[in-house]
Amino acid sequence: MLTRVRPTILSVLRNEDLKEMLESNKESLKLEAMKRVVGLIAKGKNASELFPAVVKNVANKNIELKKLVYVYLVRYAEEQQDLALLSISTFQRALKDPNQFIRASALRVLSSIRVPIIVPIMMLAIKESAADMSPYVRKTSAHAIQKLYSLDPDQKEQLIEVIEKLLKDKSTLVAGSVVMAFEEVCPDRIDLIHKNYRKLCNLLVDVEEWGQVVIISMLTRYARTQFISPWKESGDATSFSQSLSEKKDQMEAKTYIMDPDHRLLLRNTKPLLQSRNTAVVMSVAQLYWHLAPKHEVTIVTKSLVRLLRSHREVQYIVLQNIATMSIQRKGMFEPFMKSFYVRSTDSTHIKTLKLEILTNLANEANISTILREFQTYVKSQDKAFAAATIQAIGRCATNISEVTDTCLNGLVLLLSNRDETVVAESVVVIKKLLQTQPTQHSEIIKHMAKLFDNITVPMARASILWLMGEYCERVPKIAPDVLRKMAKTFTAEEDIVKLQIVNLAAKLYLTNSKQTKLLTQYILNLGKYDQNYDIRDRTRFIRQLIVPSEKSGALNKYARRILLAPKPAPVLESAFKDRDRYQLGTLSHSLNTKASGYQELSDWPAVAPDQSVRNVEVIEPVRNLPSSPTSYHRYNSYMPDSTVTQRCYSKSGSESEEESSEESEKTSSDSGKSSSGSEQESSSESESQQKKKKKTKKAPQKKSKPAAADRYSEIPPVRWTLRASFFFPVNLACPDVTTPSFGPVKTYELLHHMTGKGLSAKYHFPRQPCLYQPSMVAVQVVLTNSSDHSLEEIHIGDRNPASLNLHCFNTIERLEPEASVTVSMGIDFSDSTQAANFQLCTKDDQFSVSIQPAVGELFMPITMTEQDFSKEQGKLLGMNETSETIAMATANTSSQAISKQVLSVANVGVVSSTQNDIHRFAGRTVSSGALVLVSLEMKESSSALLTINTEKSVMASMLLRDLKQALAQA
Amino acid sequence: MIHSLFLINHSGDIFLEKHWKSVIGRSVCDYFFEAKEKAVQPENVPPVLQTPHHYLISVYRDKLFFLSVVQTEVPPLFVIEFLHRVADTVQDYFGECSEGVIKDNVVTVYELLEEMLDNGFPLATESNVLKEMIRPPTILRSVVNTLTGGSNVGDTLPTGQLSSIPWRRAGVKYTNNEAYFDVIEEIDAILDKSGTTVFAEIQGVIEACVRLTGMPDLTLSFMNPRLLDDMSFHPCVRFKRWESERILSFIPPDGNFTLMTYHVSSQNVVALPVYVKQNISFLETGSCGRLDITIGPKQTMGKTVEGLTVTVHMPKTVLSANLTATQGNYTYNLATKVLVWDIGKLNPQKLPNLRGSLSLQAGAPRPEENPALDITLKIQQLAISGLKVSRLDMYGEKYKPFKGVKYLTKAGKFQVRT
Repeated sequence: MLTRVRPTILSVLRNEDLKEMLESNKESLKLEAMKRVVGLIAKGKNASELFPAVVKNVANKNIELKKLVYVYLVRYAEEQQDLALLSISTFQRALKDPNQFIRASALRVLSSIRVPIIVPIMMLAIKESAADMSPYVRKTSAHAIQKLYSLDPDQKEQLIEVIEKLLKDKSTLVAGSVVMAFEEVCPDRIDLIHKNYRKLCNLLVDVEEWGQVVIISMLTRYARTQFISPWKESGDATSFSQSLSEKKDQMEAKTYIMDPDHRLLLRNTKPLLQSRNTAVVMSVAQLYWHLAPKHEVTIVTKSLVRLLRSHREVQYIVLQNIATMSIQRKGMFEPFMKSFYVRSTDSTHIKTLKLEILTNLANEANISTILREFQTYVKSQDKAFAAATIQAIGRCATNISEVTDTCLNGLVLLLSNRDETVVAESVVVIKKLLQTQPTQHSEIIKHMAKLFDNITVPMARASILWLMGEYCERVPKIAPDVLRKMAKTFTAEEDIVKLQIVNLAAKLYLTNSKQTKLLTQYILNLGKYDQNYDIRDRTRFIRQLIVPSEKSGALNKYARRILLAPKPAPVLESAFKDRDRYQLGTLSHSLNTKASGYQELSDWPAVAPDQSVRNVEVIEPVRNLPSSPTSYHRYNSYMPDSTVTQRCYSKSGSESEEESSEESEKTSSDSGKSSSGSEQESSSESESQQKKKKKTKKAPQKKSKPAAADRYSEIPPVRWTLRASFFFPVNLACPDVTTPSFGPVKTYELLHHMTGKGLSAKYHFPRQPCLYQPSMVAVQVVLTNSSDHSLEEIHIGDRNPASLNLHCFNTIERLEPEASVTVSMGIDFSDSTQAANFQLCTKDDQFSVSIQPAVGELFMPITMTEQDFSKEQGKLLGMNETSETIAMATANTSSQAISKQVLSVANVGVVSSTQNDIHRFAGRTVSSGALVLVSLEMKESSSALLTINTEKSVMASMLLRDLKQALAQA
Repeated sequence: MIHSLFLINHSGDIFLEKHWKSVIGRSVCDYFFEAKEKAVQPENVPPVLQTPHHYLISVYRDKLFFLSVVQTEVPPLFVIEFLHRVADTVQDYFGECSEGVIKDNVVTVYELLEEMLDNGFPLATESNVLKEMIRPPTILRSVVNTLTGGSNVGDTLPTGQLSSIPWRRAGVKYTNNEAYFDVIEEIDAILDKSGTTVFAEIQGVIEACVRLTGMPDLTLSFMNPRLLDDMSFHPCVRFKRWESERILSFIPPDGNFTLMTYHVSSQNVVALPVYVKQNISFLETGSCGRLDITIGPKQTMGKTVEGLTVTVHMPKTVLSANLTATQGNYTYNLATKVLVWDIGKLNPQKLPNLRGSLSLQAGAPRPEENPALDITLKIQQLAISGLKVSRLDMYGEKYKPFKGVKYLTKAGKFQVRT
């Protein structure tokens, strides 16, 4: 009692007290007061009177107090607009704060204050924050866009501009929020997505889980407008048809080629099926359902079934979606049928949905199992569920003709059940079943007539009466007797039963007027004075129709044909039959009505729109990447006409023009900077290396230039962030992987022309990102025919181990004598130096060859700042650190020389350094994307401390060995 | 997306409300109360409801309704998942999720809700990030706070959200470095009258409690990863590594978390640890019935079955039960009609048995169906699927942590039809 009384007494005094506390000088009192105020808000009490006292504290230093004031402000600003304006300047000031969190929270509160006057201020703040250095602030600005839009929709155009800008953002933090803003403000501006499509696909796995849901659903809509249907050539997109057309599909599949972007989306969403977030799993499932070729949709089954282990509410939604899916694709869920078995502890709506799915899954093969299961359910104590089961049995019976009789017999047995609802439901279902095949079942009708007296549920009684009337000629003796009984109880019956009595009477009058004429007239008279106007109405109508008189017109003659017309049997079908008009996983699908704001999923276009719109030509550098001033060069150097020879980190000035420009393509900006002294170095390069290079030089250059230009216009570098393993968000702190820094190319022999019967092969690592799969290392192979006859059909045969992930080159149809050709391959070494063994085949011969990579080739370079480097290094200590003091050759003391030696061993990037005696290099392993950090600290007397930080400790020790060797020799 | 949240207790009082956009009146909940009336059992309230202007999406947990109001199309699972996260967070902060606890900490809960959503879109849901912003209450801190006027709100702003590993808070320090992993498997099964298995499967979960200093990078490998058929991971797990090497490689969050859940491939026959012999019958005359249940060990891999209980939801007409148990105690709740037989340890030499008579309401018809038996049990130090952790390695830090793996098998939804 005490606790209840106290607040009422207090509330009178409270506001005054609180005001005093808020205006006091003591911080703790203010805080206490604010806590109470927020407590009031939480309980839904009105605390708006305190607004002036609270708003004064908006600039308080105490963070908790400040936050509570913010909470209050957002809640009541709408009601106290004038006073709220007092606080605006505080936020404006905070927007300029050096601390990103303070900027973000200021924007958050400012945009939550729903006061129309400050719209221009909000707009300005949003625009500024959208260009903020911190991705966190940019994320907040994406949220603010939606708030401003709901406050003032007139700002739409300006907001779209901001959205367009934010969509280009490469931070995983921003992606989800900006897509959310896009969905809210301008979901129809699909053109804004084109350029960002591939980036979004690639970022997806690293975006936070809530953002993933939003992006996936947006991309589903996008894909349906941009790609052609993978299902059929010209397709009715929404309806999967039955097995017949599936065969046709397979035939047509040959002619259909999926857009690589379409495939990209499917590939990048697949790992998200393993997410712990049920909403993410569901959204991937719906994406596959709506976008994937039919045979691929099955991969979502297992994950959906897994969700059934989750909370009851999750089960409910998932089961609804499975119910819709199982109508069209039985095969998907049939193997998991037992997961849908009902437990007595399930809640009613779960039970009903499971029943629905089991019924959808029923076919000739499993029907006996399902019916046995249904038998248990019929006996359930939950009578509503038992009734639903009976309906399900009815549906199975109509759908599968083999079991119709069995079901019917089973249902007849249920007629003697003690529970009314069960009996009633059985009657209703039997009625429907009998309609489908009325011929042989007069026995059942008789049985039902006998039971009639014991059945009290109106619907069931009405059903039996209807059956009597409909088939009165089959039970000529019983029907009139039933009518007689009914005439006695007419007045006590429910309306629905009365209508059927009138109906029965009319039908009997027409077929057997001798026995029933008087009864009918009696019933019609009763009906005439009934309280219900429907019944009066029906009686009047029936009387006019069947009883001949002068007034009754031509209809009279047709009475028999009207009343006893053969009626089509009802179709028992699923309640989820037409749910597929809504996108799966949506609220609309769940409610089976269109929710406000529901975006229709469009049909596939007949002809694919221009694919090139998604091509990204020049990638803007990430805003706060330290290398940004120079990174433009990186891309410029891909231009075919660029003359950058002098800039390249060339090891030999005498190389041809062609080669050096090729190298310049690979030159990262960093190595470009440090290359000033490289010309002199070149002379000291070993003779043998030069020779090797000359051998190989021709082939790669032929195509490298244009190919590289094309490639890079298509594949944005963000792809490489994917490397960092799927669930591992790569953030701004982690730098982008850059194009390879240049290092001298070593060529290795793959096949000698003696053993190869004239075919010789050499390979080298071009140190370029592999085109085929990011986890592969690119390898270029130069095939030369040293024999005197031409070789045909050169291709790659068996590989060992068979699981070796290898991208073969296209078969070379013919290689003339003395000719050579360069081909590119991709090999996934899985970050190990284990050799890749495979067979190189010609038309007549097979040669086993193997490629063993040096450990340094399993990396790719990345750029990072010195700060980032130290930060990452700090995370990779202990087991992940390998270090050794090594001896340095005297020639190798200049920084150029060190860079050259290190780069010759390993494909890593130079990290620009402010300290002269420390040299840093950074890279990632190609396969797993693990960070590899190399640092070399010069000590006195030509020794140095070499440290390698990576989680791949085996690779680290191998790299250490190689580097040690390289640095020790001049 | 999510417009407002109302917390409603078992008896239908709204005790907390939070709006992320403009305020929506409480009257919107009337539609929910209507549905709640209709549903009788709180579990049966439909999770998604439509009202003329709003949509109500609710979850029922720990005898509380978390009711959210949305105005436009949104994936319902998105909201449901979020609401469960809210409940999880409350549980995580205060040890339990109940009306009393939320009322006692109403300001903290309100602050948490404020941080979790911005404009209805989830902002920070990782427990590690939240804990940095709003510290969970401890007795010591609340004493200190009242004395000094300090606060629960962190004065350093969280860095977790900006780092590449948002689930781990920065600057973790422990004097004792420990990592514990609990492999918990649940057997879901339906047995029919004769004791034949209608359906059985094993679901597992690995719960972790990791208290390690700094930024440890852990790898966990299994002796027999092939057993695992379908799984879901905490976001910290590097999925690619799992795909290629079947190794769990991750930088763990600090504290308790669920590392992965899995499903054991259905090809393997599930070993059921116990068998049940039962006979429940209701006599046609005399309004009474007989009950006889015996439980024995089946495949227990040499381990003892503990915590054995049998729960029977009796038909409404059963008035009382007069039974004798050879082991353990039984209770019959007259109001809910639930019979619970708490057996405890299963002794293979002397099988526990419960028998006796049931008395029924006079004149009531004989119950149609025999009630199903729900069985719970526990087996320590055993993962029934045979899954074994082979090793746990730590990289990135120099100290030697204490590592432990515990196995536990439980009965999940283990039901015997009679």
